[in-house]
Amino acid sequence: MSWLKQVLQSGHFAVTAEVGPPKGSDPQVIRKKCDLLKGFVDAVNITDNQTAIVRMSSFASCLIAKDQGIEPVMQMVTRDRNRIALQSDFLGACALGIPNLLCLTGDHQSMGNHPQSKNVYDIDSIQLLQIFKNMRDQKVFQNGEEVKGEIHVFLGAGESPYADPLEFRALRLAKKIAAGAEFIQTQAIFDVDIFTRWMEEVRRLDLHKKSFILAGVIPVKSAKALRYMKNEVPGVVIPDSLIERMEAATDQKAEGVEVCIETIQKVAKIEGVSGVHIMAIAWESIVPEIVQRSGLLPRPVKGEITSS
Amino acid sequence: MIIGERKPIPEILTMLGDSKKVLVLGCGTCVTVCLTGGDKEAKELASLLRIKGYEADSLTVERQCELEFIYPLRERIQSVDAVISLACGIGVQALFEIDSEKNIYPGINTTFMGMPVKQGYWEERCWGCGDCIIHLFGGTCPITRCAKSLLNGPCGGSKDGKCEVKPDRDCAWQLIYDHLKKLNRLDWLLAIQPPKDWSTSRYGGHRKMTREDMLL
Repeated sequence: MSWLKQVLQSGHFAVTAEVGPPKGSDPQVIRKKCDLLKGFVDAVNITDNQTAIVRMSSFASCLIAKDQGIEPVMQMVTRDRNRIALQSDFLGACALGIPNLLCLTGDHQSMGNHPQSKNVYDIDSIQLLQIFKNMRDQKVFQNGEEVKGEIHVFLGAGESPYADPLEFRALRLAKKIAAGAEFIQTQAIFDVDIFTRWMEEVRRLDLHKKSFILAGVIPVKSAKALRYMKNEVPGVVIPDSLIERMEAATDQKAEGVEVCIETIQKVAKIEGVSGVHIMAIAWESIVPEIVQRSGLLPRPVKGEITSS
Repeated sequence: MIIGERKPIPEILTMLGDSKKVLVLGCGTCVTVCLTGGDKEAKELASLLRIKGYEADSLTVERQCELEFIYPLRERIQSVDAVISLACGIGVQALFEIDSEKNIYPGINTTFMGMPVKQGYWEERCWGCGDCIIHLFGGTCPITRCAKSLLNGPCGGSKDGKCEVKPDRDCAWQLIYDHLKKLNRLDWLLAIQPPKDWSTSRYGGHRKMTREDMLL
């Protein structure tokens, strides 16, 4: 059974971290990142060719992480695989004991490093959630045929509180939850006010009781990086005051960590937020410090939860 | 209508190679309306080719995609070294069907099925998926107009009504949302749209239509 699910169900404030696979074949890259994070997070979330840039597959990276003794969350995007391949990989992931799956549509390939490629988008993330839920609970494939074997997978989805139309975002989350999402990872939060208003809507719809919401955060190394994200990364809202604060800092890196910790502490107080997902892209080594200074240690250990 | 854009002149010249006598063949339907391959454009290209030293002439037929319009051209085609067709890809193939031995070259790139949104500006509207569901989405086709063909709402990149993939284009889902809100039918968006049956689309293989009552 998914450890992440146990942590969340037991009422602990969960901590997950994003792990980006390498643009190469060296398994040591994943192993090293996992060793850094072990004991500081409840699970690592491994991206599936994020931003449409080719990397080692999430599936293979998840198995490496698992061997390294850390629970993986496997991301699956619908950009590159049709329903045949997705269902097949789902069965493979279940067979090999990957306990958590995060269903996403994925960034368009024109944003990545093979913009000439053809995309798939046979289904969207909501349909993917529904297909996997039905395979697990109803024991049927998308075409209605029987699925054999036991499946105990914890299903998640992403959601952005910041994209337009803003007033539809919580309703879209409701669709994802109805389709099968049991946990939600949000887009990175820099504007806590918008996130707070989105959470109010989430609570009004009782969605926080039907799904565990993990607030996404990104530690940023510089004002320049923050400005880049503001201009180039869709679905991220960065207040100008934050950029000004980073610019004024003598040590921008340290300030970025400070901002991240403050954000975690703020969102942790919001009713309905069940955990935090730290996306320290190419800066995984900072995660232990952030977790520790945010007051999220020690992480729960096995035995502790089953006994409580 | 079918929209096309004329190929760059250097590409056309490369295709023509050492051909001398060239016929530029315009089409009087879609590509005339989108100002790419009608009589005017055929004449312009022929004149340009003459400047480049070719013995070029032009001609335009009502519809290059119908055999009855192009059969009468067979002799004319026989009299030249090469034909540059300014029709869409359908017209070009039709020319090959009546005379596969001649050098027939596409003079335009067929780009999409769409409409002129304003003077001098065309946008894609239909993908020909073979199973129209536009009415469920307030009159905006998400399959064509959403870069990811999402059926269950906007992705996380919709910003200020624009698409993250093509920032100068409207987000299809913002249009859908706004229109259904106006109709007071936002509840339609709460229903989970099931995976689409793509077998009616090009993904199901080459398509055809038969009308038994019309067959001779």
